[in-house]
Amino acid sequence: MIYVVIIYLWAALLLYLLLGGADFGAGIIELFTSDKNKDKTSNTLYRAIGPVWEANHMWLIIVIVILFTGFPEIYATVSTHLHIPLAIMLLGIIARGTAFAFRHYDAVQDDMQKVYNKIFRYSSFITPFFLGIIAGSAVAGKIDPHAMNFRDAFIFPWLNLFSVSVGLFTVTICGYLAAIFIIGEAQTEAGRKRYIIKARSMNLAAAFAGSLVFVAATLDHIPLAEWLFGNGIGIISILAAVISLIIQWRQIAKGKVIMIRVIAGFQIAMILLATTYYHYPRIILLKGGGYLSLLEHRGDDQAIRALALALLIGSLFILPALVYLIYSFQKKKMTA
Amino acid sequence: MNDFLAARSQMALSLAFHIVFSCIGMVMPFFMAVAHFYYLRSGKVVYRNVTKAWSKGVAIFFATGAVSGTVLSFELGLLWPTFMKHAGPIFGLPFSLEGTAFFIEAIALGFFLYGWDRFNRWFHWCAGVVVGVSGLVSGILVVAANAWMNSPAGFEYAHGKYFNVDPVKAMFNAAWYSEAVHMCIAAFAATGFAVAGVHAFMIVRKRNTGFHTKAFRIAAVFACAAAIVQPLSGDHSAKDVARRQPAKLAAMEAVFHTQSHSPLLIGGIPDEQNRTVNYGVELPGMLSFMISGDTHTEVKGLDQFPIEDQPPVLVTHLAFQLMVGLGMLMLAISLLYFFGLWRKHNWQERRWLLKLFALVTPVGFIAVEAGWTVTEVGRQPWIIYGFMRTADAVTPMPGILYSFSIFTAVYFSLALVVCFLLYRQIKMVPELYDIPE
Ligand code: HDD
Ligand code: HEM
Ligand code: HEM
Repeated sequence: MIYVVIIYLWAALLLYLLLGGADFGAGIIELFTSDKNKDKTSNTLYRAIGPVWEANHMWLIIVIVILFTGFPEIYATVSTHLHIPLAIMLLGIIARGTAFAFRHYDAVQDDMQKVYNKIFRYSSFITPFFLGIIAGSAVAGKIDPHAMNFRDAFIFPWLNLFSVSVGLFTVTICGYLAAIFIIGEAQTEAGRKRYIIKARSMNLAAAFAGSLVFVAATLDHIPLAEWLFGNGIGIISILAAVISLIIQWRQIAKGKVIMIRVIAGFQIAMILLATTYYHYPRIILLKGGGYLSLLEHRGDDQAIRALALALLIGSLFILPALVYLIYSFQKKKMTA
Repeated sequence: MNDFLAARSQMALSLAFHIVFSCIGMVMPFFMAVAHFYYLRSGKVVYRNVTKAWSKGVAIFFATGAVSGTVLSFELGLLWPTFMKHAGPIFGLPFSLEGTAFFIEAIALGFFLYGWDRFNRWFHWCAGVVVGVSGLVSGILVVAANAWMNSPAGFEYAHGKYFNVDPVKAMFNAAWYSEAVHMCIAAFAATGFAVAGVHAFMIVRKRNTGFHTKAFRIAAVFACAAAIVQPLSGDHSAKDVARRQPAKLAAMEAVFHTQSHSPLLIGGIPDEQNRTVNYGVELPGMLSFMISGDTHTEVKGLDQFPIEDQPPVLVTHLAFQLMVGLGMLMLAISLLYFFGLWRKHNWQERRWLLKLFALVTPVGFIAVEAGWTVTEVGRQPWIIYGFMRTADAVTPMPGILYSFSIFTAVYFSLALVVCFLLYRQIKMVPELYDIPE
């Protein structure tokens, strides 16, 4: 049963990265779009994302619930030592979610729109940035459960080169996902061209941020290269991601809308696989070589079993409904 | 304010904020379903407009409810890591099931909000009902988790360790039923009175009376029905509390000294130093009677509990009085309203009754906040009643005061913006939904 739970944890994380990520990316793209095209971009995005917007963010809740029910010690450690970035991310989530709803449901369209837009765009940047920082901090090995002073206990675990560069990398990944997604939503050829250019620059930015992560890892004495390339699965998945990137740009040129989304999803899955596989089952690396492991630090067995059943039964309801939701809005759009 | 107090305040603030949006999220879909149903049956455009106008408002509340709920699930760990470390596996089951309910709710909401004229009409209607039902289910589940904190079950405990966990037993603990029933009814009463109040106000102001009268009637019938059963369920809750948390009951009723023939206290300011109550009216023997049906029964007073196990009396008692007082007020208005309906007085059009409804717009929500204050403050000093103290559960992270201040500022500004948006929605009704009578 524990493996069911772990698979769900990983899948929920991936789906949040993909769906939530594309959603964050939407705001990031708006942030980096010239004023002239901002409105067009935001309308296209809204049409594409509106109906599934609430559902995209449920994956984060699932991750959290799995953590505190199945792995309470991990949840408690992370929320204690990464309190500050978590709190900032929460503020970002509040600002973003409400600004998104307000700008579309305000009955009067006036200058308030500018305020909502600003908040939406900046918080779309901040939230995944801190999300990435949190993810980076999990494996940066700076969390020190025995720290005696404030800075070692609550600041340095996340304020370090490696975590911050992972944060930046996450932001660029989100932007890339959204750009790929939106290519298929463009209604004019000019729009399509514009989004392809966006996707290309986001792709470059991601490559740049990715190399930054390697540099930071070296400076922070984190054996990142060994994690990624020290095992078969890591090498294969990184290779797969790179090769699919080449295919990706071919497909974009051909205008294959569905295909490029699938490939983008595949790339992110490969990156997540490569980065999690080496440590597994350890998901939190502590200072001084300690760690928290999904197998050794799991919660009570009865609780895990109940959780696994709840997840399995829940998916029976959720997945068909979710697929139907996405499918029917895609279809209506095609025929409309 | 020290860190501990700041953590408690931040938790209380976030919950008090979230509960407003979750009540609306649970109840409004049902109101919309009724209006939508009338529209589909009768084809009257005004009902379609009522449904649409409400759904615009609800979308705003949903988004705010969703983000504040997300914040809460993190805050449990951010503020109470020690609690979650032990309690997580035990009371996690309702939260895991709640995840499913939220998901279904979010999916159905997508169909409902974006599905006008796109799907089969009845499929679209059903999507709306599913939003309501799954909202209600998630409310019940999360209340079951809270009930576990009040009435822990489903585990064994020795030397600071919790083992032999039984998540199903934990979920169906002794308190879940009375709390869940009382909460669901409260959500209907609070949301109903708030919505009815706003529309009554607009009718009094003679704005779009056709539109607002339809909306008012739907909300008012739900609100009044709920307000009439609420005291019955409250009575059940009180008996339940007396059985499982006598210290909370003693604080609610400000019973400092154990006695038989215990009087029911109406009003009164408890003086915790001198352990007396000033300015109250006492109904002899009535408290004993309400708890057990016999005026002679002995009621445990706070003197039965060591001082470090006693909840704050002043806050608990005042909050309880406030809830019950407002409950009685709502009951009276509801009886009046149904009496009018029954005698066909057509009181809906009487201005004084509408004015009364407009006046009591916020009352239901004030009662909800007061009720949760009773439940939560009355549970103190325990976070898991009888097992773990709140003070032992708090995060070691210093500086919570800063975080509390920031969250307070954010929530207050959000509340202001939501009010502002709602005001605009209502102001735009004439332009968007005006139809010639
Ligand atoms: C519209 C709101 C509303 C109204 C009119 C009332 N209540 Fe209430 N009450 C609530 C809303 C509420 C609540 C917010 O929903 C609570 C908090 C926790 C819970 O389960 O329900 C609650 C809790 C609560 C509790 C504590 C339960 C516990 O700790 O487990 C008691 C004993 C009562 N109520 C009793 C009453 C009585 C005797 C009422 C008579 C009129 C009454 N309530 C009206
Ligand atoms: C939404 C309605 C609720 C409101 C308005 C509410 C209100 C409050 C208040 C006023 C406090 C502070 C008590 C004090 O420290 O004196 C508190 C504490 C707390 N509540 Fe609730 N509560 C609600 C529901 C819940 C639910 C459903 C849960 C959990 C499943 C919960 C979990 C907690 C926790 C963990 C604390 C902090 C520990 C403590 O003070 O005991 N609450 N709440
Ligand atoms: C008595 C207390 C509570 C009730 C009745 C309640 C009920 C609800 C309802 C009906 C919703 C969906 C409606 C909406 O989105 O506006 C909701 C949203 C949410 N609640 Fe609560 N809740 C309570 C307390 C809590 C607590 C203590 C937590 C977390 C620990 C929590 C977590 C959430 C989350 C994560 C969401 C967002 C779901 C979404 O995205 O749709 N709630 N709540």
